[in-house]
Amino acid sequence: MGDEEKKPEPKPAAPAPPAKSAAPAKPAVGPEPLDDELVRRLRVRFAEAIGETTRDRGQAIVVVRDRVLEVCEYLKTEERFDFLTDLTAVDWYERQPRFDVILNLYSFPHNRRLRVKAPVNDACPSVSRIWPAANWLERECYDMFGIRFEGHPNLKRILMPDEWKGHPLRKDYDILKQDTDWIRENIGIESGQ
Amino acid sequence: MAGPENNFGVETTVLGAEEIILNMGPQHPSTHGVLRVKLRLDGEKVVGSECIIGYLHRGVEKIGENRTYPQFAPYVDRTDYVAAVSNGLGYCEAVEKLLGVEAPPRARWVRTILTELQRIASHLLWLGTHALDIGAITPLFYTFREREEILKIYEKYCGARLTTHAFRIGGLQYETYDGFEQDVKEFCRDFNHRVDEYEELLTNNRIWVERTRNIGVLTGEQCIALGVSGPILRGSGVRWDIRKAFPYAAYKEFEFDIPIGHTGDTYDRYRVRLEEMRQSRRIILQAVESIPEGPILARVGKVIKPPPGEVYHSIEAPKGELGYYLVSDGTTQPYRLRIRPPSFVNLQALDAMIKGHLVADVVAIIGTIDIVLGEVDR
Repeated sequence: MGDEEKKPEPKPAAPAPPAKSAAPAKPAVGPEPLDDELVRRLRVRFAEAIGETTRDRGQAIVVVRDRVLEVCEYLKTEERFDFLTDLTAVDWYERQPRFDVILNLYSFPHNRRLRVKAPVNDACPSVSRIWPAANWLERECYDMFGIRFEGHPNLKRILMPDEWKGHPLRKDYDILKQDTDWIRENIGIESGQ
Repeated sequence: MAGPENNFGVETTVLGAEEIILNMGPQHPSTHGVLRVKLRLDGEKVVGSECIIGYLHRGVEKIGENRTYPQFAPYVDRTDYVAAVSNGLGYCEAVEKLLGVEAPPRARWVRTILTELQRIASHLLWLGTHALDIGAITPLFYTFREREEILKIYEKYCGARLTTHAFRIGGLQYETYDGFEQDVKEFCRDFNHRVDEYEELLTNNRIWVERTRNIGVLTGEQCIALGVSGPILRGSGVRWDIRKAFPYAAYKEFEFDIPIGHTGDTYDRYRVRLEEMRQSRRIILQAVESIPEGPILARVGKVIKPPPGEVYHSIEAPKGELGYYLVSDGTTQPYRLRIRPPSFVNLQALDAMIKGHLVADVVAIIGTIDIVLGEVDR
């Protein structure tokens, strides 16, 4: 601990994996391009705002580079993705834009799931007006990653203390890192470790 | 003459009747853990509320990024710690999907049995404490009696009662013990009768009905908008269950019904959960009669190293949709591990449910959401 200023490593404590152990013959799994009716409709309507579309392990993923709100509005009203199952983010700290905001959508009428990925730097339009369920999920995402959701009615921390500094799920936030000032002030000990 | 110094200690100023803020929790027996609810009250009526959570936050998702896939499996037991087996199933299946393997049939059957037992155990705990919150003490003793039998089966199976770590990535670690089928059947034999006993205590009990009917009503549309899943969604009349919508484990093989409610109040959710317990028993009985022979662990290799990519897998946990979103970068540790907890999302509906009700009803409504703070805060 204490060396959090060092260049961040995605896997700080990765044990050296044993060299190529007897891997069983497994079916090839991984992303493959996706081009179905829904994707075509999206492309016609939103053109270059729609990035790559893939199918990974049988699950549809659509990258939305731009006009996130419009695409979401369309998905909800026209394509009937009425249920926002989950909203979270992934930190690709070397990439530009740095984060992927992930929306897991579900459609009750079509019994179908769709994952929308919006690459953003540190600000993303809030979808909480489209799916009220996003309210807490976006707050958690802001808390953990520091992504500002513009237009959110009450964007503040939800799991960490309000005065905490830093966003723990960022890749450059070491697992042993903590807000020592906060801990000293509020718990009266030197370290939470 | 009668100045303020001469009033024999009686306060003469009039108390205001404006709205007050009341803090419930985090240390409060009816909040089932460390939930804090800030209530804005007009007299005894709730006009607004805010949940303050995070007191139990342990950074489980961060830990997940720093452990190998098998190392992380015991941690998921500690999110929803009263339904550890269900969490384990969701996580193991998610990693299996990421790897592109499927557990062998025998493992899937045993998983189904243990998970459905867990659903019963979780609902029993919910029923006992929910009734206790509202003032009925007796059901708790009955429900814990049955729950104990389930925990005994777990103990015999894997040595642990609560945080079981019952499954492994690729199948099961342990073969079932001698007499497993016997124990499960024994439990199921009287169980319907036991549920009837709870119903006798509550279903037509005037106090119970008065305290739960039309309390905390959510419509189906509200549930969908707020992301609510599980028995609350079904209590509001939406017939949706992941076991049917996206069958996993061995659910495709068994017959069962999805009970739904009509008005979406606390009473309907109570009826739905009771019926779910009966349906779980039905699944268990079908499964235990037909456990196939064969291996219990798929070939996943000693080192689990999923190919790059991502997967979202969810199961119908006792409290709702429990999802795991995993991103692999091809190493032994997940690049990102996200738990989609049912309790966290369902708790968001609390504000809509308690508005306009009395403080005493808040207790009933927190009980009916069936939250576990370990899962809300992770």
